[in-house]
Amino acid sequence: MNIVVLVKQVPDTESPRKLKSEGSTLDRGAADGVINELCEYAIEEALLIKEAQGGEVTVVTMGPDKATDSIRKSLAMGADKAVHLVDDALVGSDALQTSYAIQQVLGRTGFDLVVLGSESTDARTGVLAAMLAERLGVPQLSLANKVEINGSAITIQRQTDSGYDKVEASLPAVVSVVEKINEPRYPSFKGIMAAKKKPVESLSIADAGIDAGQVGLANASTEVVDFNEAPPRAQGQIVTDEGDGGSKIAEYLASKKFV
Amino acid sequence: MAEILVLVDHVDGEVKKVTLELLTLANRLGEAAAVYVGSGYESVKDKLAEYGAGKVYVAADEELTSYVVAPTAALLAQLVGEKSPAAVLVAATGEGKEVAGRLAVKLNSGVLTDVVDVSADLVGEHSIFGGALVAHAKVKTGTPIIAVRPNSIAPEAAPATPAEEQVSVTLSDTDKAAKIVESVVEEKGERPDLTEAAIVVSGGRGVGSGDNFKIIEGLADSLGAAVGASRAATDAGWYPHQFQVGQTGKTVSPQLYIAVGISGAIQHRAGMQTSKTIVAINKDAEAPIFELVDYGVVGDLFQITPQLTEEITKRK
Repeated sequence: MNIVVLVKQVPDTESPRKLKSEGSTLDRGAADGVINELCEYAIEEALLIKEAQGGEVTVVTMGPDKATDSIRKSLAMGADKAVHLVDDALVGSDALQTSYAIQQVLGRTGFDLVVLGSESTDARTGVLAAMLAERLGVPQLSLANKVEINGSAITIQRQTDSGYDKVEASLPAVVSVVEKINEPRYPSFKGIMAAKKKPVESLSIADAGIDAGQVGLANASTEVVDFNEAPPRAQGQIVTDEGDGGSKIAEYLASKKFV
Repeated sequence: MAEILVLVDHVDGEVKKVTLELLTLANRLGEAAAVYVGSGYESVKDKLAEYGAGKVYVAADEELTSYVVAPTAALLAQLVGEKSPAAVLVAATGEGKEVAGRLAVKLNSGVLTDVVDVSADLVGEHSIFGGALVAHAKVKTGTPIIAVRPNSIAPEAAPATPAEEQVSVTLSDTDKAAKIVESVVEEKGERPDLTEAAIVVSGGRGVGSGDNFKIIEGLADSLGAAVGASRAATDAGWYPHQFQVGQTGKTVSPQLYIAVGISGAIQHRAGMQTSKTIVAINKDAEAPIFELVDYGVVGDLFQITPQLTEEITKRK
């Protein structure tokens, strides 16, 4: 099975995240880059499916040169090869454009299954799986907390607010995963060494057949008008419990008309 | 004034509160036109009218809700083509954002996700990077599609007499590619939905066990609140994952958020920082959650929380 897993490098949430004043794009130099958390679950799920079904796992990443760190980690976890779409023309692309660019890359790699995390920790739009399924004309199996494959039949549990929906489809398909689905493995020493020899293909937008007029900040379908640091919350009242802490909170809530 | 389409979020014959918030917002931006997909319209029509839906497009065909998201996007795309609305509003829930995503591709329109307000000129306000930045953004291409975070807009009753129009859409094979064969409801009881609740009580690492979450549930029930959990608690298996508040879970923005035994790491703060009033109970005076609180108590949650529950129950 030809399994493609989409991996995004994001700024570490523990380091300061900033936007650049020019173009209001993410300042990727301001924070350490790490693999997006939910992508690790996607990689793990892709590896589990490969282990059960056979085949090959290809990592596809769109992002700057620095994103090779995330690619290496994905390969160290066990993915077989990677395609890195890297081009200055892509800077500032929004979700709609990103889904177009990735569609073009998938046209090159081919796929039976595309696996991705349901959301990134930076933009948090949560729309990519839906956009890709729409563009590719394949089933959208999103927000999965369980995946089962039997031949060309695929069934997922789609997480809902009240439980889950059982969803059936046929391959090829796009699957997005939520955190609960598995426990991502740590790269072994052997995996880290092996990753250094695995092929990483670097593609420009021209290589991928991406129209420069459909990507990048200038052609984006959305625009950041302005941004500011959120006003800090006023320092609240903090007391140490002296046996009446619960009563004191109740009084506070009453003063605010919550009870 | 142009219509603003509002996708109605409904479950079990009831309208979700976020829909009423969207109707209120839509009437500020233009004329609210609700889009109801699936069966059960009769049981919600009064509520939609009460909150200002001057128009309702009803697509009652149950087939539309038998497949994941795509049929709803197909219907909305058709309505946008026919009615030329000024914008489409959906709830910024997992499913709402997916509808927005598919619709954006169909219409080649820009989409704003997770906005907390929209101005008259359709500029959306976002709270990003865990609430550290406030950004304003607008759609440059096509009909703006805007996903609005639940609990961001105060719903206002504005009685209307809706003009109803039955609508339908012909589904393609790809619209029917992901079939929902079963909906499983896990136990949730009578508590409100986490993202919709006016009050959320969350427990974290300090709670110590799944059994101890009864203390959190007890406090939540005394307040009519939803129960949330930090990632530490859901990772430990003490509470189900769908109740996780935080960066990799739900984002909530209630009137009151009570954090019990939660240190307040960025992972958690990202999901609750825009709550209006924040109260915390934690034994560690240095816990970062205290930087956010309006009222905090340093002490043993196993003493303080039951006392609080008892006091609230007494005052009722």
